[in-house]
Amino acid sequence: MATDHELRLRERLTRLRGLNLLGGTRLSAELEKLQRQLERIQAAPTDEEIWRSVELARHQDRPYTLDYVERLFEDWVELHGDRGRADDAAVVVGIGRFEGRTVALIGNQKGRDIKERTKRNFGMAYPEGYRKAMRLMELAERHGFPLLSLVDIPGAYPGVAAEQHGQGGAIARSQALMSRLGVPIVTCVIGEGGSGGAIATALADRVLMQANSIYTVISPEGCAAILWRDAAEAKKAAAAFKPDAVHCLELGVIDSIVPEPEGGAHTDPDEAARLLGEALRDALDELEPIPADELKRTRRAKFRSLGVYA
Amino acid sequence: MSSRIDVSIEHRNVPEPPGKKHPNTCPACDSHYRDDELEAALWVCPHCGHHFTMRARTRIASLADEGSFSEEAADLRSEDPLDFFDLRPYTERLAEAEMKTGLGEAMVIGQAAIDGNGCELAVMDFSFMGGSMGSVVGEKFSRACDSAAQRGVPLVSITASGGARMQEGILSLMQLPKTVCAVEDLHDAGQPMISVMTHPTTAGVLASFASLGDVIVAEPGALLAFTGPRVVQQTTREKLPEDFGLAEQNLRFGHIDAIVPRPELRAYVTRLLRLFGPNGD
Repeated sequence: MATDHELRLRERLTRLRGLNLLGGTRLSAELEKLQRQLERIQAAPTDEEIWRSVELARHQDRPYTLDYVERLFEDWVELHGDRGRADDAAVVVGIGRFEGRTVALIGNQKGRDIKERTKRNFGMAYPEGYRKAMRLMELAERHGFPLLSLVDIPGAYPGVAAEQHGQGGAIARSQALMSRLGVPIVTCVIGEGGSGGAIATALADRVLMQANSIYTVISPEGCAAILWRDAAEAKKAAAAFKPDAVHCLELGVIDSIVPEPEGGAHTDPDEAARLLGEALRDALDELEPIPADELKRTRRAKFRSLGVYA
Repeated sequence: MSSRIDVSIEHRNVPEPPGKKHPNTCPACDSHYRDDELEAALWVCPHCGHHFTMRARTRIASLADEGSFSEEAADLRSEDPLDFFDLRPYTERLAEAEMKTGLGEAMVIGQAAIDGNGCELAVMDFSFMGGSMGSVVGEKFSRACDSAAQRGVPLVSITASGGARMQEGILSLMQLPKTVCAVEDLHDAGQPMISVMTHPTTAGVLASFASLGDVIVAEPGALLAFTGPRVVQQTTREKLPEDFGLAEQNLRFGHIDAIVPRPELRAYVTRLLRLFGPNGD
């Protein structure tokens, strides 16, 4: 995995690249210098390392949203239901005390044993889950609570009822609502950031990723099935589309990487929670002084700048 | 001697083997058509009303007033940020798509007038890599929103897409929030978006800008689904309803405002543009 030094370099590089300065000759020299340093100290994650991230992100003992809530929040109150037709257990929402302030939290939640997994639909949300999340976003906006979202979803649920209840529209509207909020939003991918199901709650001012999490446009298996016509080629697919945190940072998709204990978050959940808590607190501290209009404008501008074209 | 008997005439008249269809066969009613006939009917089967996929330029010609369309951002081209290579390199697939379609990307945008009403058009073309949305489609849509906002006209979006473009990895997923933010900026500028979903509008495009129209209409029989029937069936083993994911089901469940047959689309959009337009004209 990438060293801390490398991560810092990459962060600086990404930030510099993002600056849109006029004729920045000095800046481009700086960029080149950073780039050279970076190339020296690292070789990009190998295919094996990428696949290891995929496995760790899906590890059955990896801490889930509620494991972090219990370690990071005081006075946590979980809220239920989308106020329309259901309470989707794959999405947990609530309010709690985090580092001296009340925050609203949205998180994807998988289950530990087979009974809970079934109840939580293996973490795959229905449209009702996104409507539940949106209900919480509105609550946060109404009361000026910062919004935290923890992303850990294999993908939005691909079922008949999910389609009938408007899966695509729910994901679109959840993003649209996030782009309108005037409160600070911080997202961290804590496991699987699976496609539309993940981005639905990830349109944030700061997007973080734990070092061993993945963020993907389609599951490696799905990609392999379509492009290689063989789901067993998932490893090749993952190597090709590079879903690991280091590559996401490099592409400007995330703002920083949250370190994990050696061996992965599941080896020491307390330490993983401490590290995550620090990163969330730092991001909130940075965002809270910014006026609502500016937050919203900058957030939209950031997402509108993503993409590579000629 | 027998080997020299000319049998080509007999071969020509042999009935087609079952399963192999005449190339110009309507997939819905099996009737045969002539290309010019179908083109004159806006690519709608004259026998059963099946809506064939319509190319972006043909669509624009069918909606915009003659000579009113002025294309924007035509020279944007995809790059290959991941050096993506599956069975073939992404750059090769891109070059092939451009050769095949004569388009630079899967979306064409530009200024237009429909029955005298100024608007901005963003039209997708399914023939270009399945209408998949990568960085260029996202950027073009985003610019279309800005162009509409600046000129104070509505945006008419016509989608046909299999979803995000896998070959651009996570950046293709980022085109969802990107286009969503663009629509929100358009709305903040006080302009409406009319979303016309054609077959197929699925996955990433359905889960982003296409679903954010102030008015959403679909063509008859169009598949509008986040996850398509094949994948739903494979993953869940559920029994699929007959009209699973189709425009008709979406209308019944309240996800779209109307199903508008292609020959009526121009008049329908015109009416909306008038209603959203300035009063007293």
